[in-house]
Amino acid sequence: MSAKAVVTGIGVATPNGLGVDDFWAATRVGKNAIERVTRFDPEQYPSRLAGEIRGFEAEKHLPSRLIPQTDRMTRLALVAADCAFEDAGVQPGDIPEFDMGVVTASTSGGFEFGQNELKKLWSQGSQYVSAYQSFAWFYAVNSGQISIRNGMRGPSGVVVSDHAGGLDAIAQARRQIRKGSKLIFSGGFDASICPWGWVAQIAGGRLSTSDDPDRAYLPFDAAAGGYVPGEGGALLILEDERTARERGADNVYGEIAGYGATFDPKPGSGREPGLRRAIEVALADAGVEAGDVDVVFADAAGTPRLDREEADAITAVFGPSGVPVTAPKTMIGRLYSGAAPVDVVTALLAIREGLVPPTTNVELSPAYDIDLVVGQPRPTSIRTALVLARGYGGYNSAVVVRATD
Amino acid sequence: MSTQFTIDDLKRILLEGAGAEEGVDLDGDILDTDFEELGYESLALLETGSRIEREFGIALDDDVFTDNRTPRALVAAINETLSALVPQA
Repeated sequence: MSAKAVVTGIGVATPNGLGVDDFWAATRVGKNAIERVTRFDPEQYPSRLAGEIRGFEAEKHLPSRLIPQTDRMTRLALVAADCAFEDAGVQPGDIPEFDMGVVTASTSGGFEFGQNELKKLWSQGSQYVSAYQSFAWFYAVNSGQISIRNGMRGPSGVVVSDHAGGLDAIAQARRQIRKGSKLIFSGGFDASICPWGWVAQIAGGRLSTSDDPDRAYLPFDAAAGGYVPGEGGALLILEDERTARERGADNVYGEIAGYGATFDPKPGSGREPGLRRAIEVALADAGVEAGDVDVVFADAAGTPRLDREEADAITAVFGPSGVPVTAPKTMIGRLYSGAAPVDVVTALLAIREGLVPPTTNVELSPAYDIDLVVGQPRPTSIRTALVLARGYGGYNSAVVVRATD
Repeated sequence: MSTQFTIDDLKRILLEGAGAEEGVDLDGDILDTDFEELGYESLALLETGSRIEREFGIALDDDVFTDNRTPRALVAAINETLSALVPQA
Protein backbone atom coordinates (compact mmCIF):
# COMPACT_ATOMS: atom_id res chain seq x y z
CA MET A 1 0.00 0.00 0.00
CA SER A 2 1.28 3.41 -0.98
CA ALA A 3 2.22 6.00 1.59
CA LYS A 4 -0.51 8.52 2.30
CA ALA A 5 0.75 12.04 1.52
CA VAL A 6 -0.59 14.54 4.03
CA VAL A 7 -0.13 18.29 4.33
CA THR A 8 1.52 19.18 7.63
CA GLY A 9 2.71 22.75 7.09
CA ILE A 10 1.51 25.77 5.13
CA GLY A 11 3.16 29.01 4.09
CA VAL A 12 0.90 31.38 2.20
CA ALA A 13 1.40 34.89 0.83
CA THR A 14 -1.46 36.43 -1.13
CA PRO A 15 -3.07 39.84 -1.59
CA ASN A 16 -5.43 38.69 1.17
CA GLY A 17 -2.83 38.05 3.83
CA LEU A 18 0.58 36.73 4.76
CA GLY A 19 0.38 33.57 6.83
CA VAL A 20 -2.44 31.10 7.38
CA ASP A 21 -4.33 33.07 10.01
CA ASP A 22 -4.51 36.40 8.16
CA PHE A 23 -5.24 34.68 4.87
CA TRP A 24 -8.10 32.61 6.22
CA ALA A 25 -9.60 35.46 8.26
CA ALA A 26 -9.94 37.50 5.04
CA THR A 27 -10.86 34.63 2.74
CA ARG A 28 -13.59 33.03 4.83
CA VAL A 29 -15.62 36.26 4.75
CA GLY A 30 -14.94 37.20 1.13
CA LYS A 31 -12.70 40.25 1.53
CA ASN A 32 -11.83 41.89 -1.77
CA ALA A 33 -8.14 42.63 -2.37
CA ILE A 34 -8.32 43.71 -6.02
CA GLU A 35 -7.32 47.33 -6.55
CA ARG A 36 -5.68 49.62 -9.06
CA VAL A 37 -2.03 48.69 -9.68
CA THR A 38 0.37 50.64 -7.45
CA ARG A 39 3.68 48.91 -8.20
CA PHE A 40 3.94 50.97 -11.39
CA ASP A 41 1.73 53.57 -13.07
CA PRO A 42 -0.79 51.50 -15.07
CA GLU A 43 -2.49 54.46 -16.75
CA GLN A 44 -1.17 53.80 -20.27
CA TYR A 45 -2.07 50.09 -20.23
CA PRO A 46 -5.43 48.59 -21.19
CA SER A 47 -5.62 46.61 -17.90
CA ARG A 48 -5.12 48.51 -14.67
CA LEU A 49 -6.32 46.32 -11.79
CA ALA A 50 -4.43 43.65 -9.86
CA GLY A 51 -4.31 41.73 -6.63
CA GLU A 52 -1.12 43.09 -5.05
CA ILE A 53 0.58 41.99 -1.86
CA ARG A 54 1.02 45.09 0.25
CA GLY A 55 3.45 45.62 3.10
CA PHE A 56 5.85 42.78 2.32
CA GLU A 57 9.38 43.84 3.28
CA ALA A 58 11.74 41.06 2.27
CA GLU A 59 14.70 42.69 4.04
CA LYS A 60 12.97 42.10 7.37
CA HIS A 61 12.74 38.36 6.77
CA LEU A 62 15.74 37.39 4.66
CA PRO A 63 19.54 37.79 5.00
CA SER A 64 21.12 40.54 2.91
CA ARG A 65 23.02 37.85 0.99
CA LEU A 66 19.76 36.80 -0.70
CA ILE A 67 18.37 40.22 -1.60
CA PRO A 68 20.63 41.09 -4.59
CA GLN A 69 20.06 37.66 -6.15
CA THR A 70 16.29 37.23 -5.85
CA ASP A 71 13.17 38.31 -7.71
CA ARG A 72 10.11 39.27 -5.70
CA MET A 73 8.46 35.89 -6.35
CA THR A 74 11.49 34.13 -4.86
CA ARG A 75 11.54 36.36 -1.78
CA LEU A 76 7.88 35.59 -1.20
CA ALA A 77 8.54 31.88 -1.66
CA LEU A 78 11.52 31.85 0.70
CA VAL A 79 9.57 33.60 3.44
CA ALA A 80 6.61 31.27 2.88
CA ALA A 81 8.99 28.31 3.20
CA ASP A 82 10.16 29.61 6.58
CA CYS A 83 6.52 29.96 7.67
CA ALA A 84 5.70 26.44 6.47
CA PHE A 85 8.55 24.93 8.47
CA GLU A 86 7.39 26.80 11.56
CA ASP A 87 3.79 25.75 10.97
CA ALA A 88 4.86 22.11 10.61
CA GLY A 89 6.94 22.24 13.78
CA VAL A 90 9.99 21.00 11.87
CA GLN A 91 13.50 22.44 11.73
CA PRO A 92 15.33 21.82 8.45
CA GLY A 93 18.10 20.05 10.40
CA ASP A 94 15.67 17.56 11.97
CA ILE A 95 15.50 15.43 8.83
CA PRO A 96 18.38 14.00 6.77
CA GLU A 97 19.13 16.35 3.86
CA PHE A 98 18.61 13.75 1.13
CA ASP A 99 15.17 12.85 2.54
CA MET A 100 13.83 16.38 1.91
CA GLY A 101 13.09 17.90 -1.50
CA VAL A 102 11.36 20.82 -3.20
CA VAL A 103 9.02 20.64 -6.20
CA THR A 104 7.48 23.97 -7.18
CA ALA A 105 5.57 25.30 -10.16
CA SER A 106 6.28 28.47 -12.08
CA THR A 107 4.46 30.30 -14.84
CA SER A 108 6.59 33.37 -15.52
CA GLY A 109 9.87 33.14 -13.67
CA GLY A 110 11.40 36.30 -12.22
CA PHE A 111 10.04 38.96 -14.55
CA GLU A 112 10.76 42.01 -12.40
CA PHE A 113 14.39 41.02 -11.84
CA GLY A 114 14.75 40.38 -15.58
CA GLN A 115 13.16 43.71 -16.44
CA ASN A 116 15.65 45.58 -14.26
CA GLU A 117 18.62 43.79 -15.81
CA LEU A 118 17.33 44.25 -19.37
CA LYS A 119 16.97 47.94 -18.61
CA LYS A 120 20.61 48.07 -17.53
CA LEU A 121 21.60 46.17 -20.67
CA TRP A 122 20.09 48.66 -23.11
CA SER A 123 20.70 51.83 -21.12
CA GLN A 124 24.18 51.20 -19.66
CA GLY A 125 25.70 48.14 -21.30
CA SER A 126 26.27 44.46 -20.74
CA GLN A 127 28.88 44.98 -18.03
CA TYR A 128 26.11 46.45 -15.84
CA VAL A 129 23.92 43.34 -15.95
CA SER A 130 23.91 41.41 -12.65
CA ALA A 131 25.67 38.05 -12.63
CA TYR A 132 22.58 36.81 -10.77
CA GLN A 133 20.41 37.32 -13.85
CA SER A 134 21.86 33.93 -14.86
CA PHE A 135 19.40 32.24 -12.51
CA ALA A 136 17.23 34.84 -10.77
CA TRP A 137 14.71 34.90 -13.63
CA PHE A 138 14.63 31.13 -14.05
CA TYR A 139 11.57 28.92 -13.59
CA ALA A 140 13.39 26.54 -11.25
CA VAL A 141 14.90 29.24 -9.07
CA ASN A 142 12.37 28.99 -6.23
CA SER A 143 12.98 25.26 -5.86
CA GLY A 144 16.71 25.92 -5.93
CA GLN A 145 16.76 28.77 -3.44
CA ILE A 146 14.45 27.00 -1.00
CA SER A 147 16.54 23.84 -1.16
CA ILE A 148 19.82 25.74 -0.69
CA ARG A 149 18.56 27.89 2.18
CA ASN A 150 17.15 24.91 4.05
CA GLY A 151 19.68 22.23 3.14
CA MET A 152 17.18 20.05 1.26
CA ARG A 153 19.05 17.84 -1.19
CA GLY A 154 16.46 15.18 -2.00
CA PRO A 155 14.30 14.92 -5.15
CA SER A 156 13.55 18.38 -6.50
CA GLY A 157 12.29 20.04 -9.64
CA VAL A 158 9.96 22.52 -11.25
CA VAL A 159 6.79 22.15 -13.31
CA VAL A 160 5.85 24.75 -15.91
CA SER A 161 2.22 24.35 -17.02
CA ASP A 162 0.73 27.74 -16.13
CA HIS A 163 -2.11 27.53 -13.59
CA ALA A 164 -2.28 23.74 -13.82
CA GLY A 165 1.35 23.58 -12.69
CA GLY A 166 0.39 24.40 -9.11
CA LEU A 167 -1.45 21.07 -8.95
CA ASP A 168 1.04 19.17 -11.11
CA ALA A 169 3.81 20.13 -8.66
CA ILE A 170 1.79 18.90 -5.68
CA ALA A 171 1.17 15.62 -7.50
CA GLN A 172 4.89 15.26 -8.21
CA ALA A 173 5.61 15.92 -4.54
CA ARG A 174 3.16 13.16 -3.64
CA ARG A 175 5.01 10.78 -5.95
CA GLN A 176 8.26 11.53 -4.15
CA ILE A 177 6.65 10.88 -0.76
CA ARG A 178 5.37 7.56 -2.11
CA LYS A 179 8.88 6.74 -3.28
CA GLY A 180 10.19 7.20 0.23
CA SER A 181 11.14 10.85 0.71
CA LYS A 182 10.29 12.04 4.22
CA LEU A 183 9.35 15.63 3.47
CA ILE A 184 8.68 17.46 0.21
CA PHE A 185 7.90 21.13 -0.22
CA SER A 186 5.45 21.91 -2.96
CA GLY A 187 3.43 24.78 -4.36
CA GLY A 188 4.11 27.79 -6.52
CA PHE A 189 4.69 31.53 -6.59
CA ASP A 190 4.44 34.10 -9.33
CA ALA A 191 4.75 37.88 -8.99
CA SER A 192 4.93 39.69 -12.31
CA ILE A 193 3.22 42.99 -11.60
CA CYS A 194 5.85 45.08 -13.38
CA PRO A 195 5.63 46.68 -16.84
CA TRP A 196 7.40 43.85 -18.67
CA GLY A 197 5.40 41.19 -16.89
CA TRP A 198 2.26 43.20 -17.43
CA VAL A 199 2.58 43.45 -21.22
CA ALA A 200 3.30 39.71 -21.37
CA GLN A 201 0.08 39.04 -19.46
CA ILE A 202 -1.89 41.45 -21.64
CA ALA A 203 -0.58 39.63 -24.70
CA GLY A 204 -2.33 36.47 -23.44
CA GLY A 205 -5.57 38.23 -24.36
CA ARG A 206 -7.57 37.22 -21.29
CA LEU A 207 -7.15 40.16 -18.90
CA SER A 208 -10.10 42.24 -17.78
CA THR A 209 -10.02 45.88 -18.87
CA SER A 210 -12.48 47.04 -16.23
CA ASP A 211 -11.51 49.76 -13.75
CA ASP A 212 -14.10 48.69 -11.18
CA PRO A 213 -12.58 46.26 -8.64
CA ASP A 214 -16.01 44.84 -7.87
CA ARG A 215 -16.90 44.20 -11.52
CA ALA A 216 -13.59 43.24 -13.10
CA TYR A 217 -13.24 39.50 -12.50
CA LEU A 218 -16.60 37.76 -12.81
CA PRO A 219 -16.29 34.05 -13.60
CA PHE A 220 -19.61 32.34 -14.41
CA ASP A 221 -21.31 35.73 -14.59
CA ALA A 222 -23.09 36.86 -17.77
CA ALA A 223 -20.79 39.90 -17.63
CA ALA A 224 -17.57 37.84 -17.49
CA GLY A 225 -14.92 39.71 -19.44
CA GLY A 226 -11.55 38.33 -18.48
CA TYR A 227 -9.60 38.00 -15.28
CA VAL A 228 -7.57 40.21 -12.97
CA PRO A 229 -4.00 39.02 -12.33
CA GLY A 230 -2.61 38.75 -8.85
CA GLU A 231 0.70 37.92 -7.20
CA GLY A 232 1.69 35.41 -4.54
CA GLY A 233 1.10 31.76 -3.89
CA ALA A 234 1.49 29.06 -1.29
CA LEU A 235 3.90 26.37 -0.21
CA LEU A 236 2.80 23.14 1.40
CA ILE A 237 4.83 20.60 3.32
CA LEU A 238 3.92 17.05 2.36
CA GLU A 239 4.87 14.09 4.53
CA ASP A 240 3.93 10.47 4.72
CA GLU A 241 1.08 10.31 7.23
CA ARG A 242 2.74 7.63 9.35
CA THR A 243 6.00 9.58 9.59
CA ALA A 244 4.09 12.73 10.45
CA ARG A 245 2.11 11.01 13.22
CA GLU A 246 5.23 9.37 14.60
CA ARG A 247 7.00 12.70 15.00
CA GLY A 248 3.88 14.13 16.62
CA ALA A 249 3.04 16.66 13.90
CA ASP A 250 0.85 19.45 15.30
CA ASN A 251 -1.04 20.06 12.09
CA VAL A 252 -2.24 17.35 9.78
CA TYR A 253 -4.46 19.46 7.54
CA GLY A 254 -5.53 16.71 5.18
CA GLU A 255 -4.51 14.26 2.53
CA ILE A 256 -3.62 14.81 -1.13
CA ALA A 257 -5.85 11.91 -2.08
CA GLY A 258 -6.18 12.00 -5.84
CA TYR A 259 -4.80 13.60 -8.98
CA GLY A 260 -5.65 13.68 -12.66
CA ALA A 261 -4.13 15.61 -15.55
CA THR A 262 -5.14 15.80 -19.20
CA PHE A 263 -4.39 17.87 -22.26
CA ASP A 264 -6.99 19.55 -24.43
CA PRO A 265 -7.50 18.38 -28.00
CA LYS A 266 -6.33 20.55 -30.85
CA PRO A 267 -8.34 23.81 -31.04
CA GLY A 268 -11.03 23.59 -33.67
CA SER A 269 -11.15 19.79 -33.58
CA GLY A 270 -14.63 19.90 -32.08
CA ARG A 271 -13.66 17.29 -29.52
CA GLU A 272 -14.53 17.68 -25.86
CA PRO A 273 -11.99 19.60 -23.72
CA GLY A 274 -9.95 17.49 -21.29
CA LEU A 275 -11.21 18.86 -17.98
CA ARG A 276 -13.97 16.30 -17.39
CA ARG A 277 -11.52 13.44 -17.85
CA ALA A 278 -9.05 15.10 -15.50
CA ILE A 279 -11.77 15.25 -12.82
CA GLU A 280 -12.77 11.60 -13.40
CA VAL A 281 -9.17 10.44 -13.23
CA ALA A 282 -8.59 12.35 -9.99
CA LEU A 283 -11.75 10.94 -8.39
CA ALA A 284 -10.83 7.40 -9.43
CA ASP A 285 -7.28 7.91 -8.15
CA ALA A 286 -8.69 9.00 -4.78
CA GLY A 287 -11.15 6.09 -4.78
CA VAL A 288 -14.17 8.38 -4.38
CA GLU A 289 -17.43 8.79 -6.27
CA ALA A 290 -18.73 12.13 -7.51
CA GLY A 291 -21.30 12.03 -4.68
CA ASP A 292 -18.53 11.96 -2.08
CA VAL A 293 -17.21 15.38 -3.11
CA ASP A 294 -18.44 18.15 -0.83
CA VAL A 295 -17.09 21.19 -2.66
CA VAL A 296 -15.32 22.10 -5.91
CA PHE A 297 -12.77 24.92 -6.13
CA ALA A 298 -13.10 26.11 -9.71
CA ASP A 299 -10.34 27.30 -12.00
CA ALA A 300 -12.67 30.21 -12.80
CA ALA A 301 -10.96 31.59 -15.88
CA GLY A 302 -13.47 34.42 -16.20
CA THR A 303 -13.91 34.31 -19.97
CA PRO A 304 -17.17 33.03 -21.45
CA ARG A 305 -15.69 30.12 -23.45
CA LEU A 306 -13.54 28.81 -20.61
CA ASP A 307 -16.27 29.30 -18.01
CA ARG A 308 -18.59 27.35 -20.29
CA GLU A 309 -16.09 24.51 -20.63
CA GLU A 310 -15.54 24.33 -16.89
CA ALA A 311 -19.24 24.50 -15.98
CA ASP A 312 -19.99 21.79 -18.56
CA ALA A 313 -17.29 19.51 -17.12
CA ILE A 314 -18.52 20.00 -13.56
CA THR A 315 -22.13 19.40 -14.58
CA ALA A 316 -21.17 16.32 -16.60
CA VAL A 317 -19.51 14.71 -13.57
CA PHE A 318 -21.71 15.93 -10.71
CA GLY A 319 -25.06 16.59 -12.39
CA PRO A 320 -26.92 19.91 -12.57
CA SER A 321 -26.17 21.92 -9.39
CA GLY A 322 -24.91 18.63 -7.97
CA VAL A 323 -22.12 20.03 -5.79
CA PRO A 324 -21.24 23.41 -4.25
CA VAL A 325 -18.71 25.24 -6.42
CA THR A 326 -16.66 28.23 -5.35
CA ALA A 327 -13.92 30.51 -6.64
CA PRO A 328 -12.31 32.41 -3.76
CA LYS A 329 -9.72 33.66 -6.23
CA THR A 330 -12.32 36.29 -7.21
CA MET A 331 -11.03 38.17 -4.12
CA ILE A 332 -7.36 38.24 -5.11
CA GLY A 333 -7.16 37.59 -8.85
CA ARG A 334 -5.48 34.74 -10.66
CA LEU A 335 -2.02 33.99 -9.26
CA TYR A 336 -0.73 31.74 -12.08
CA SER A 337 1.39 28.93 -10.57
CA GLY A 338 0.40 30.20 -7.11
CA ALA A 339 -3.33 30.01 -7.70
CA ALA A 340 -3.98 26.29 -7.31
CA PRO A 341 -1.70 25.82 -4.26
CA VAL A 342 -3.61 28.68 -2.65
CA ASP A 343 -6.86 26.90 -3.55
CA VAL A 344 -5.53 23.67 -2.00
CA VAL A 345 -4.70 25.63 1.17
CA THR A 346 -8.18 27.16 1.10
CA ALA A 347 -9.73 23.72 0.65
CA LEU A 348 -7.79 22.37 3.65
CA LEU A 349 -8.86 25.33 5.81
CA ALA A 350 -12.44 24.97 4.56
CA ILE A 351 -12.37 21.32 5.66
CA ARG A 352 -10.99 22.34 9.06
CA GLU A 353 -13.67 24.95 9.70
CA GLY A 354 -16.57 23.40 7.81
CA LEU A 355 -17.08 26.52 5.73
CA VAL A 356 -17.05 27.16 1.99
CA PRO A 357 -15.63 30.63 1.34
CA PRO A 358 -17.62 32.61 -1.20
CA THR A 359 -17.16 33.59 -4.80
CA THR A 360 -17.28 37.38 -4.56
CA ASN A 361 -18.92 39.95 -6.81
CA VAL A 362 -20.41 37.33 -9.12
CA GLU A 363 -24.04 36.93 -10.07
CA LEU A 364 -24.35 33.43 -11.51
CA SER A 365 -25.44 33.40 -15.13
CA PRO A 366 -28.55 31.25 -15.66
CA ALA A 367 -26.66 29.68 -18.56
CA TYR A 368 -24.65 27.54 -16.11
CA ASP A 369 -26.15 24.60 -14.17
CA ILE A 370 -23.78 24.83 -11.22
CA ASP A 371 -24.38 25.55 -7.53
CA LEU A 372 -22.00 28.50 -7.23
CA VAL A 373 -21.49 29.72 -3.65
CA VAL A 374 -21.83 33.48 -4.13
CA GLY A 375 -21.82 36.45 -1.80
CA GLN A 376 -21.83 34.73 1.59
CA PRO A 377 -19.73 31.85 2.94
CA ARG A 378 -21.64 28.59 3.30
CA PRO A 379 -21.27 26.52 6.49
CA THR A 380 -21.30 22.81 5.69
CA SER A 381 -19.46 19.69 6.72
CA ILE A 382 -16.60 19.05 4.29
CA ARG A 383 -14.58 15.85 4.09
CA THR A 384 -13.61 15.81 0.45
CA ALA A 385 -12.78 18.77 -1.82
CA LEU A 386 -11.85 18.92 -5.47
CA VAL A 387 -9.49 21.62 -6.78
CA LEU A 388 -9.38 22.40 -10.50
CA ALA A 389 -6.76 24.31 -12.47
CA ARG A 390 -6.37 24.94 -16.18
CA GLY A 391 -3.24 26.29 -17.83
CA TYR A 392 -2.84 28.44 -20.90
CA GLY A 393 -2.17 26.14 -23.83
CA GLY A 394 -4.42 23.23 -22.88
CA TYR A 395 -3.40 21.93 -19.48
CA ASN A 396 -6.09 20.50 -17.17
CA SER A 397 -5.37 19.28 -13.66
CA ALA A 398 -7.53 18.17 -10.76
CA VAL A 399 -6.60 17.31 -7.18
CA VAL A 400 -8.76 15.65 -4.53
CA VAL A 401 -8.08 16.83 -0.99
CA ARG A 402 -9.52 14.79 1.88
CA ALA A 403 -9.84 15.10 5.65
CA THR A 404 -7.67 12.63 7.53
CA ASP A 405 -8.90 12.15 11.15
CA MET B 1 48.95 59.93 -7.70
CA SER B 2 47.43 56.61 -8.54
CA THR B 3 43.96 55.44 -7.49
CA GLN B 4 44.05 52.99 -4.59
CA PHE B 5 41.68 50.10 -4.01
CA THR B 6 41.14 49.57 -0.28
CA ILE B 7 39.61 46.88 1.88
CA ASP B 8 36.77 49.31 2.59
CA ASP B 9 36.08 49.57 -1.14
CA LEU B 10 35.95 45.79 -1.31
CA LYS B 11 33.60 45.47 1.64
CA ARG B 12 31.28 48.14 0.25
CA ILE B 13 31.18 46.50 -3.18
CA LEU B 14 30.63 43.03 -1.71
CA LEU B 15 27.69 44.35 0.31
CA GLU B 16 26.17 46.21 -2.65
CA GLY B 17 26.49 43.35 -5.08
CA ALA B 18 26.05 40.27 -2.99
CA GLY B 19 25.10 41.20 0.59
CA ALA B 20 26.55 39.53 3.65
CA GLU B 21 26.09 35.97 4.85
CA GLU B 22 24.26 35.48 8.14
CA GLY B 23 26.79 35.20 10.96
CA VAL B 24 29.60 36.84 8.97
CA ASP B 25 30.82 40.25 10.15
CA LEU B 26 32.66 41.99 7.32
CA ASP B 27 33.94 44.55 9.84
CA GLY B 28 35.71 41.78 11.71
CA ASP B 29 39.16 40.42 10.92
CA ILE B 30 38.49 39.09 7.43
CA LEU B 31 41.65 40.06 5.50
CA ASP B 32 43.01 36.52 5.42
CA THR B 33 39.72 34.60 5.37
CA ASP B 34 38.88 32.66 2.21
CA PHE B 35 35.99 34.18 0.26
CA GLU B 36 34.17 30.87 0.39
CA GLU B 37 34.30 30.90 4.19
CA LEU B 38 32.85 34.41 4.07
CA GLY B 39 29.89 32.97 2.15
CA TYR B 40 30.74 34.17 -1.36
CA GLU B 41 30.51 31.54 -4.08
CA SER B 42 31.79 32.00 -7.64
CA LEU B 43 28.77 33.95 -8.87
CA ALA B 44 29.00 36.44 -6.00
CA LEU B 45 32.66 36.95 -6.87
CA LEU B 46 31.83 37.34 -10.56
CA GLU B 47 29.35 40.06 -9.66
CA THR B 48 31.89 41.68 -7.33
CA GLY B 49 34.57 41.63 -10.03
CA SER B 50 32.18 43.17 -12.54
CA ARG B 51 31.36 46.00 -10.13
CA ILE B 52 35.06 46.66 -9.42
CA GLU B 53 35.76 46.82 -13.15
CA ARG B 54 32.95 49.31 -13.72
CA GLU B 55 33.82 51.57 -10.81
CA PHE B 56 37.58 51.62 -11.31
CA GLY B 57 37.65 51.43 -15.08
CA ILE B 58 39.84 48.36 -15.25
CA ALA B 59 39.64 44.91 -16.80
CA LEU B 60 40.36 41.99 -14.47
CA ASP B 61 41.69 38.63 -15.59
CA ASP B 62 39.17 35.78 -15.50
CA ASP B 63 41.28 33.97 -12.92
CA VAL B 64 41.75 36.91 -10.53
CA PHE B 65 39.42 35.32 -7.99
CA THR B 66 40.82 31.82 -8.33
CA ASP B 67 44.36 33.14 -7.87
CA ASN B 68 43.41 35.43 -4.99
CA ARG B 69 41.25 33.62 -2.46
CA THR B 70 41.29 36.21 0.34
CA PRO B 71 40.44 39.91 0.63
CA ARG B 72 44.10 40.80 1.31
CA ALA B 73 45.30 39.01 -1.82
CA LEU B 74 42.51 40.45 -3.96
CA VAL B 75 43.10 44.03 -2.81
CA ALA B 76 46.79 43.64 -3.63
CA ALA B 77 46.05 42.18 -7.07
CA ILE B 78 43.64 44.96 -7.95
CA ASN B 79 46.09 47.62 -6.82
CA GLU B 80 48.69 46.00 -9.03
CA THR B 81 46.32 46.25 -11.99
CA LEU B 82 45.57 49.88 -11.13
CA SER B 83 49.21 50.86 -10.81
CA ALA B 84 49.99 49.25 -14.14
CA LEU B 85 47.34 51.47 -15.72
CA VAL B 86 48.29 54.77 -14.14
CA PRO B 87 51.80 56.01 -14.82
CA GLN B 88 53.60 56.80 -11.56
CA ALA B 89 54.67 60.42 -11.11
